[in-house]
Amino acid sequence: MQRGLISNTPIVRIEGVTKRFGAITAVDTVDLAIERGELFALLGSSGCGKTTLLRLLAGFETPDAGRLVIDGQDMTGVPPHRRPINMMFQSYALFPHMNVAENVGYGLRREGLPKPEIVTRVAEALEQVRLSDYAARRPAQLSGGQRQRVALARALVKRPKLLLLDEPLAALDRKLREGTRFELVRLHEELGLTFVMVTHDQEEAMSMASRLAVMDLGRVTQVGTPHEVYERPRSRFVADFIGIANILPLEDGRRWLALRPEKIALCAAPPDTAHAVAGRIVDVVYEGDRSLYRVATDDGRVLLVSTANVARTKETFRRGQSVWLGWAADAGHELDE
Amino acid sequence: MRFVIALPFVWLIVFFLLPFALVLGIALGTNAPDSAPPVELGLSLKNFALLFTDDLYVAAWLSSLRIAATSTLVALLLGYPMAYAIARAAPRRRPLLLMLVILPFWTSFLIRVYAWMGLLAENGILNQFLRGTGLAADPGTILGSEWAVQLGIVYAYLPFMVLPLYASLEKLDTSLLEAAADLGAQPFAAFLTVTLPLSLPGIVAGCLLVFIPAVGEFVIPDLLGGTDTLMIGKVLWDEFFTNSDWPLASAVAICLLVLLVGPIVLFQRQQAKSLERR
Repeated sequence: MQRGLISNTPIVRIEGVTKRFGAITAVDTVDLAIERGELFALLGSSGCGKTTLLRLLAGFETPDAGRLVIDGQDMTGVPPHRRPINMMFQSYALFPHMNVAENVGYGLRREGLPKPEIVTRVAEALEQVRLSDYAARRPAQLSGGQRQRVALARALVKRPKLLLLDEPLAALDRKLREGTRFELVRLHEELGLTFVMVTHDQEEAMSMASRLAVMDLGRVTQVGTPHEVYERPRSRFVADFIGIANILPLEDGRRWLALRPEKIALCAAPPDTAHAVAGRIVDVVYEGDRSLYRVATDDGRVLLVSTANVARTKETFRRGQSVWLGWAADAGHELDE
Repeated sequence: MRFVIALPFVWLIVFFLLPFALVLGIALGTNAPDSAPPVELGLSLKNFALLFTDDLYVAAWLSSLRIAATSTLVALLLGYPMAYAIARAAPRRRPLLLMLVILPFWTSFLIRVYAWMGLLAENGILNQFLRGTGLAADPGTILGSEWAVQLGIVYAYLPFMVLPLYASLEKLDTSLLEAAADLGAQPFAAFLTVTLPLSLPGIVAGCLLVFIPAVGEFVIPDLLGGTDTLMIGKVLWDEFFTNSDWPLASAVAICLLVLLVGPIVLFQRQQAKSLERR
């Protein structure tokens, strides 16, 4: 992640940016700084404003208030064709009337570069995404994964200061998504560019991003590394959105504790932990690598507990069985709001 | 099922092939003014030969093609911005705008051309306005000139240009234009490299839908044009009704059809190509 660091100033500074569509405030006074060389994810459910924020960065929307500074330059009113930014569209937006090489070379031709240089750079970009053999194909003759790589090459060939990715994996099937995820991270590390990615998939954001911003109702609710956001969520919303969390009221009834299912031990006998409670299993979900249990405790709550299925034969708990739950004093995380 | 498939064939045989054979038969005959119908059947090609040797017909042909081509170009230049604006308008306003394009069809074509006569005549509304406001003391008369014919054709066929253009522009994915801008294309460059090539099927369709009927147009040159405005449709009418020369009129009709087969084949090839691409 340290690669490509030229200076300490963030490459993107979003200052109090607001965007309204009629009565709806899509982006609500967002402040965000993205560092050089990061793979930054904007994470949230649909309608949270993440895509609008990305489109504001690209210049397709202009903010109603606030400022956008990219690499030290105010870009607030600059049209998209003059921004040092390129975007990979969710639909890929490949030009159907051009072949792969023409698509990739489009941005270079707009710069008016000499032909031989365009040819070399297009070949280089196609090499990077392993599509050298497909230069003469039309987008309609490619598979979904190949189209995605053309879109990526077309954006990267311009050597942008910032690469925006709008749901880069959403249009791929599950198997392909896994591989492409590693591919994107590899390219990010090789090129040392700053990537900003929009996704609704928390697993995708957690596994790829160096830092992420969780968005809700047009606001950024938390910014941090995946580890920080998972282990120390600030709000009930974040705790609930990222992974699974049991949310328990604290003694005073005004504050809350987030307790991850894997931090709770499931035992047949009373455990030797700071907290212990008896209960009965009401549901079992076997997921192969782990099992999820819903346990109704004697003090009247339902907690989710997960166990890793480490051994192939292991004592398993069945529905209806009486069990004990235990967790350490520092297993839970107290929420700010 | 078989009946349903046969239906279009029966339709084409009864309403196209049979009349065509009839017209071809008449065209190969000779003029017989005293009999009814005034045709003596035969297998003579002299009517066709006359069409290619007589200066009148050649001139009428060339002038038809020229008038149709200019009208098509003007209709394209007017229709493209119109179609573009409708395609980019808010979705809830598009039906209204399209309605306005189609609205003239609710009035008879003939009446609309008569209305243009009223507008363009020597003492017509346009000239009265020019004189009344003092903009021109002695405006010329447009009615009876080739200008009036061009104007009439553009007016009458503009919807046929706008509708296919609209169809292809409306289909255009706006994210392609965003991608072009994102890759550094200024708005006009994005138009030339993305919008224009992707709307080419619409341009070809629109141009042919205007050009093909405009070549054979009869009503507009007859009512708005003067004696010096030669168009093949009008020549056909004159041969048939004024000179009562059925065979010659039929030969003109056949030639018109054959010459328009070229553009129609072009049209279909373009349509097939754009289908292949998707």
